[in-house]
Amino acid sequence: MKKTVFFGALTVAGLAAGMASAATLDDVKARGSLNCGVTTGLVGFAAPNAEGVWEGFDVGVCRAVAAAIFGDPTAVEFVPTTGQTRFTALASGEIDLLARNTTWTMSRDVDLKFEFVGVNYYDGQGFMVPKALGVTSAKELDGATVCIQTGTTTELNLADFFRTNGISYEPVPIETNAEAQQQYLAGACDVYTTDASGLAATRATFEAPGDHVLLPEIISKEPLGPLVRHGDNEWGDIARWTLNALITAEELGVTSENIAELSAAAGDNPEVNRLLGTEGELGAQLGLDADWAKNAIMAGGNYGELFENNIGENTTIGLARGLNAQWTDGGLIYSPPFR
Amino acid sequence: MSDTHAQTVPYVRKTMVEQSPPPASEIGVVKWLRENLFSGPLNIILTLISLWVVYWVVSHVGPWLINGIWDADSLSECREIRNATMGEGTSAACFGVIGERWQQLVYGFYPKEAYWRPVVALLVFFAGLAPVLFASLPRKLLYFTMASPFLMFMLLWGGSIWGPIAVALGFGVGYAAIKLISPINGLLGTVAAIVLPILYWFLIAGPLAGAVNSVLPIGLEYIPSKDFGGFLLSSIIGVAGIFLSLPLGILLALARQSDLPIIKWCAVTFIEVIRGVPLIVWLFTASLLLNYFLPPGTNFDLMLRVIIMVTLFSAAYIAEVVRGGLAALPKGQYEGADSLGLNYWQSMQLIILPQALKISIPGIVNTFIGLFKDTTLVVFIGLFDPLGLAGAIRASTEWNGIYWELFLFIGIMFFIACFSMGRYSLYLEKKLQRDHR
Amino acid sequence: MSTLTDPPKPGFRLSQLIYDTRYRSITIQVVAFVLILLGLAWLVNNIVNNLAALGKDFDFGFLSQSAGYDINQRLIEYDNQMSHGRAAIVGILNTLLVAFLGCITATVIGVVAGVLRLSKNWVVSSLMAVYVEGFRNVPLLLWIILIFAIMTESMPHPRDFRGENATQSMLMGDNVAVTNRGIWIPRLAFTNSVSGQEAVAPVDGATPVASGGLDWLLVLGTLAISIFAIRQLGKRADRIQSATGERPTTWWQQLAILIVPVGLVSFFLGMTIVSPYLKGFNFAEGVHLRNSLIALWFALSLYTGAFIAEIVRGGILAISKGQTEAAYALGIQPGRTMKLVILPQAMRVIIPPLISQFLNLTKNSSLALAVGYMDVRATLGGITINQTGRELEGMLLLGAFYLVLSLLISAGMNYYNQSTQMKER
Repeated sequence: MKKTVFFGALTVAGLAAGMASAATLDDVKARGSLNCGVTTGLVGFAAPNAEGVWEGFDVGVCRAVAAAIFGDPTAVEFVPTTGQTRFTALASGEIDLLARNTTWTMSRDVDLKFEFVGVNYYDGQGFMVPKALGVTSAKELDGATVCIQTGTTTELNLADFFRTNGISYEPVPIETNAEAQQQYLAGACDVYTTDASGLAATRATFEAPGDHVLLPEIISKEPLGPLVRHGDNEWGDIARWTLNALITAEELGVTSENIAELSAAAGDNPEVNRLLGTEGELGAQLGLDADWAKNAIMAGGNYGELFENNIGENTTIGLARGLNAQWTDGGLIYSPPFR
Repeated sequence: MSDTHAQTVPYVRKTMVEQSPPPASEIGVVKWLRENLFSGPLNIILTLISLWVVYWVVSHVGPWLINGIWDADSLSECREIRNATMGEGTSAACFGVIGERWQQLVYGFYPKEAYWRPVVALLVFFAGLAPVLFASLPRKLLYFTMASPFLMFMLLWGGSIWGPIAVALGFGVGYAAIKLISPINGLLGTVAAIVLPILYWFLIAGPLAGAVNSVLPIGLEYIPSKDFGGFLLSSIIGVAGIFLSLPLGILLALARQSDLPIIKWCAVTFIEVIRGVPLIVWLFTASLLLNYFLPPGTNFDLMLRVIIMVTLFSAAYIAEVVRGGLAALPKGQYEGADSLGLNYWQSMQLIILPQALKISIPGIVNTFIGLFKDTTLVVFIGLFDPLGLAGAIRASTEWNGIYWELFLFIGIMFFIACFSMGRYSLYLEKKLQRDHR
Repeated sequence: MSTLTDPPKPGFRLSQLIYDTRYRSITIQVVAFVLILLGLAWLVNNIVNNLAALGKDFDFGFLSQSAGYDINQRLIEYDNQMSHGRAAIVGILNTLLVAFLGCITATVIGVVAGVLRLSKNWVVSSLMAVYVEGFRNVPLLLWIILIFAIMTESMPHPRDFRGENATQSMLMGDNVAVTNRGIWIPRLAFTNSVSGQEAVAPVDGATPVASGGLDWLLVLGTLAISIFAIRQLGKRADRIQSATGERPTTWWQQLAILIVPVGLVSFFLGMTIVSPYLKGFNFAEGVHLRNSLIALWFALSLYTGAFIAEIVRGGILAISKGQTEAAYALGIQPGRTMKLVILPQAMRVIIPPLISQFLNLTKNSSLALAVGYMDVRATLGGITINQTGRELEGMLLLGAFYLVLSLLISAGMNYYNQSTQMKER
């Protein structure tokens, strides 16, 4: 008798959790919130604060998408994922969008069947060493002990780099950034390698950041971007154009401060009007409200504001825009037109 | 001694010698030290080594603990305070992180205004457990025990009150089936008691709860599983795992002792497969593979998947504990039950299980302690147990770089919980031994 | 009752399947079996459907693809161009290594702590109580992380060994280096190697010294034969003792058999000790016991040791004092009392829970993940799955490996248990 009791409870709980259907947008709307996969914690990109509210650059993308759909940037459930569980979580439908500094590679796109909707941060794998070591180039690292984060593309890049240069190394695989940082600071490895942004972010929190240098070599291309499942192009479009809206907003000078004013009525710039929904029907084409992009931008500001508030030069992390400047400023950030 | 008598009577002592105190080496601290610490060369060496170990630990950890800084909002502030008051390079803990984040470590992201709910749920848990553990309490309280899982679910997750009630009604359906149909046909009654509630849960419970809720919406604010974290998460996974696995474990233990070869071998295979593979592999299975095993499109949250996996896992261990209890019963009990003409289920229910389970309780408590500690492994699949939260806290800009303080706090919390449960299980064991004599 | 006189009804009625206890058990089993098969079929069907929906197939071909990642600790040759299958084997060997080392040290620690906890010495026994309770009541994962962090934080950096005024020096005559990256110990090598493996220089510019599997096989083979011969000698002595009552002195013969053949083989192979030395960022040569291995090994041993200590304590307390007194009364010496009377009985109590502790330790070695020790879960169940997206196949292989390992351990230990079990009437 007792057996059936508990089986039954499980069954009901399972049913209550619901079924995923083909159209992700419908699911998300029915649920009333977006399930967004983020890291379990990476300074500047995603981490919960004391109130349990998630903050960071990747989190900003999630909030923008939620705002575009619901008009409410808090309608997001953040699902922390590890390097190992992130793809399964997305493939199984547990999350609708993965914004977890994930590198866009061909095999992930084609073989693992994901769709990268754009790039929100152009990164590359770099090396950090203590200044005292006197190393100026990664090619001098023969025989060095290298801390790497497992479950990422970094370990493959590293193997390739050392093989092409014909030098040896001793990998120390570490599960999380926080752990790798502790190992590096204690001197258990000579070098810490991960994405250059992560290195800068990590170095910024050291007691003496000046004692550590980033080596000039960037050994890989790491275009990091949000991704969705293959097979639901409408959903992919929403994520892609929300990201593009943030980028275009910066290009057009639409910020969270002037957006209320700009969106109140159609202005002189037709592209701004189309973006903010005061002209044209771009929102309806996505199956969203006309002011979707306005909501997305108001969630955390345009791309430039997100960058500056979370990882920019005025934060403790202090990343320069570099490759991530607008194309008009010589960077790679470029959005197709809103037309 | 007195001199006067010594003079007059040289040979025979007429008076008693006054009692002199025992030599200094034979009393009090010195004696104790000699007997207990320095009784032989080996003992002396051991004592000295032990004292050195204690000294070493205290001299390294002591200053760090004593210098601990409690009122700081970030690690950099901690360092400033330390540099200002104690000078640079002093070893000082930064307990400010505990002060600021202890609620997060205990409750996860559970809404602050709802912290009372887990606390009440814990009280309900103990209240529900009491009649099981203490036979002196009135038996009527067992009804409360039966209701407590639903009450706890209601408190923790919230949502409409009608959901748990509709589920609970399913047991009423099963009970009614047994009461009404069994007198007509015993077998049919058993089958109906299993099939009818399942049908009810699948087909009627959901719409029923929805309908009633639309008429009379009562309930608490719904809190999604993703907000659970810290020790709350560990406890829920541990408690749910153990209590859901008890019935399954008992059935498995009975199946393993059964005379029916196919049933026996199925149980043996299940138990050995589960016990042969580490929990972490099962957790990865829950997180990576469970979706493969369910009908396409079904998807339910990670916490529930973990609870299911942990339940299956601990069921195998509970089965072995209960099997031990079954084996410890004298054969006469089985024979006695048979000779009374009881059938298998009657003899199990009335004679064997009550005794076997009673001797199994310490083992079950120990399994629970193990499971509770093992819940820390969920950090590897991205759930925020205390260790996972420690990682997340260290990833925030304020606390990046903090280390020992968090782990110390977590370790102490686990120690307190596990140690007290361990003592309880020892007490039970001793009590059971007394009872048997 | 009239039925008594009725002749038994011939034939078989369907209702007997339910009401006749002879047949009912068969019915129940068939029904259960069919239900279980149906359940399995449902699972397999779901898997097939899900794989189809994801556009994946079920294929172990990925095991022969190039892995592309490096593994720091490898007991067999491996580089990043070798296959995922090879990487899995490297991981399996690492798991076996740490499990094996852990079981040995856990037993030693457990026995020592168990005995010391019964000591009359208050300081010692309470220290042991603190150790046992502290380790038993805090999650293993926490201990692994803490020990790993303590090792990296408190040990000296390799560069402290460098230069004229080095702050650290190597131990045991410049042979052992204890650093925060692990411990380097000397290794044995063979100058007249028969395996012809590539040679490596022990010190910059010195003659290369090789060490091959074949050499080790020769040395260990000789050792095994010697040990066998020693046991034969011991048995012969036993026979003589039981026949004549006089036990021949054999210890010097045994010692000679143990040392001489191995010494000769080592001499002809030119066995030398190759010490680690500083080179570049790290020490080179010798054997590098990495921090991850040491931390995992220590944590597993200390944690499991705490449980074993309780088992040993229980085992010793379970033997009544009368046994010792009776043995003394028979004139048996204390040492032999322990060996012939107490231990065989205590073992009966100790071994069954010890087996499950060994099993636990082996399974817990999968927590290697916390310190980046490259065990089978990290290679096959971690990076390989992550790079190839073959979680179903990878997890199946991983589960199968642990299952087989557990079954082998429990089978072996059960065999040993049965052989030590007291024959009871």
